[in-house]
Amino acid sequence: MSELVIKNLNVSIGDRPILKDFSLTIPKGEVHALMGPNGTGKSTLAKALSGHEDYEITSGEVLLDGENIVGMEADGISRSGLFMAFQYPSEIPGVTIANFIRAALTARLEEGQNFSAPAYYKELYQHMDELKIDRSFTSRAVNEGFSGGEKKRCEILQMAMLKPKYAVMDETDSGLDIDALRIVAEGVNRMRGPDLGVLVITHYQRLLDYIVPDKVHVMWDGRIVKTGGPELARELESRGYDWVKEELAEPVA
Amino acid sequence: MSKTETPDLNIERDVGNFHYDTTYEFDAGVGLSEATIDYIADVKGEDEWVREFRKKALKVFNDKPLPTHWASRDLENIDYTKIRYYLSKGQRPSRSWDEVPDEIKETFERLGIPEKERAYLAGVEAQFDSEASYSNMKEELSKQGVIFVGSTEGLKEHPEIFRKWFGKVIPIGDNKFSALNSAVFSGGSFIYVPPGVKVKQPLQAYFRINAENFGQFERTLIIADEGAEITYMEGCTAPKFETSTLHSAVVELVALKGAKIQYITVQNWSENVFNLVTKRGLAMEGAEVKWIDCNIGSRLTMKYPGVIMRGEGARGEVLSIALAHDNQHQDTGAKMIHAASNTTSNIISKSISIGQGRATYRGVVAMPKHLKNCKNNTECDALLINTNSRTDTYPAITVRGNRNTVQHEASVSKVSAEQIFYMMQRGLSEGEAMSLSVNGFVNDLIREFPMEYSVELKRLIDLEMEGSVG
Repeated sequence: MSELVIKNLNVSIGDRPILKDFSLTIPKGEVHALMGPNGTGKSTLAKALSGHEDYEITSGEVLLDGENIVGMEADGISRSGLFMAFQYPSEIPGVTIANFIRAALTARLEEGQNFSAPAYYKELYQHMDELKIDRSFTSRAVNEGFSGGEKKRCEILQMAMLKPKYAVMDETDSGLDIDALRIVAEGVNRMRGPDLGVLVITHYQRLLDYIVPDKVHVMWDGRIVKTGGPELARELESRGYDWVKEELAEPVA
Repeated sequence: MSKTETPDLNIERDVGNFHYDTTYEFDAGVGLSEATIDYIADVKGEDEWVREFRKKALKVFNDKPLPTHWASRDLENIDYTKIRYYLSKGQRPSRSWDEVPDEIKETFERLGIPEKERAYLAGVEAQFDSEASYSNMKEELSKQGVIFVGSTEGLKEHPEIFRKWFGKVIPIGDNKFSALNSAVFSGGSFIYVPPGVKVKQPLQAYFRINAENFGQFERTLIIADEGAEITYMEGCTAPKFETSTLHSAVVELVALKGAKIQYITVQNWSENVFNLVTKRGLAMEGAEVKWIDCNIGSRLTMKYPGVIMRGEGARGEVLSIALAHDNQHQDTGAKMIHAASNTTSNIISKSISIGQGRATYRGVVAMPKHLKNCKNNTECDALLINTNSRTDTYPAITVRGNRNTVQHEASVSKVSAEQIFYMMQRGLSEGEAMSLSVNGFVNDLIREFPMEYSVELKRLIDLEMEGSVG
């Protein structure tokens, strides 16, 4: 049961269906990449999994280690262990990174558990050092005035601190230069292990050179149309998405 | 970065929503007349000049119209004939904790001020209804010559100190409600700090209203003599009642040459309270008066702390936070009257309007023609949560003369749905996300507060925000 199972998920925005019987299973310990051209529903998947209320799940199931998270509020889904690294992280004026992550961790405490500030800062600083985030950022407001790369590194920092069971990374590579890309990828790689399943959503092969996926899925018109190993991503890089489209046009059993 | 663990004051609004059946030894009955005033003056054993002051004030109050040509017409809903103007158990202010009656201790308990915090509370005067029920001043303070008493005791025992300034910073006729307070005032703190004495720990008072239809009219006068320094903190919670309760205080501050006074208020009235308060400070040469004012709750709050900078080099500051919920109107602001050259003033006002809540900022900055090198900075930031909220800003700036500068900035912002979603995706409930956003909005101001008050204020905001989502 240690897997994230998405079963026949149908999602609409307003009256428009975006995901159509989308199914995907990510076992813990694996990294899956979800690729596909713009407008095929990749970001919709990320938002719908996270419980965004603008994305209506009309049918289907999402089982997180066996627990159906469809219909749960975003905060409950998060506390159940699903993390989303945002493509466009929001700014939170006046709320420092240290206080924000602390609040998120405190929200996870069970009754009787206490928060240890010294241990928290020790861990926070360690991750910040690894992600090459200057320690002065602890007192900066979340994402306010951050560069693209700083925002994405801050997302990875939050992920490292919150220790989710599954992470969905929504185009984390967008807006990153090559150095930032490497730092972010190294951050994700450090977290890889038997306790974490990752779905990396991306347009480009580039990120997958650093975060080598166990499986690559190609998405088209609201569902997965092709699945393969890392070589599939390279094939897409060299041939584009059109050949997938052409293949699709052929009758499939 | 808040690394420090802070002491838990645990003053929460919901635990303020209760009251005890208390029998009052002295009760002036309902309604307001000369007889009411004679009753109060008799019970208190006041000098004749105080009684005359009260009677004069009653006349001014009766003659003055309500300021509804600019203020909320909700003021018309106060029925003065149904208010009790004086209630007291006839207590002398208590000097030791053991003398404090049990039900009052219970009140402190419910407010989160347990007996074991006595040491912390030493030097605290807390008002229970009309009379100061607990008044304990640290010995070192009295050794330093600091006088910290209730208004009755202040006027009776130390007229040579207090009479000179009593009713001078805020004259009886300043406004209708200062006149009302002058007529029926009771309780409050009178403080005198001798020249050069710097009081290290803040003096505190907690005010509560515990009787239905009972207006609380405390009167505070703080005098910091030349070069003296003092911080005074006032926190208010009131039990919830169905009929309206009137709170109308007058606070006068006098900072003589080179003195510094900081007056901090965290106010958390229940939503049936009319909170109509007049606060003003006088800053002489090189002196500084700073108001830190937080208004949460109440049905209508009207409060515009002011500083008259009468001596050269004087400085005035007002930092305020107002939070208005459904059915609440926070009409607050600041008055900076520059009455000498080279004076500077600073106003930072932050308001949060939630649901139908309404926040209004009114400011006065005056620099007359004959002055020079006066400076004012005003910042007004409003945060709207929910499209129905309303916020207004009415700055009145009168600047004449040479080389006087005024800077005014205003901003209005909203907490966006995407921001809340982002925070919820990290595991915060909607209410927690709202609280944190609001705390973020006021954060730079809260930093100016003493630690225990900033903790208390954050907790109050949390409680307010919890009830505002759904």
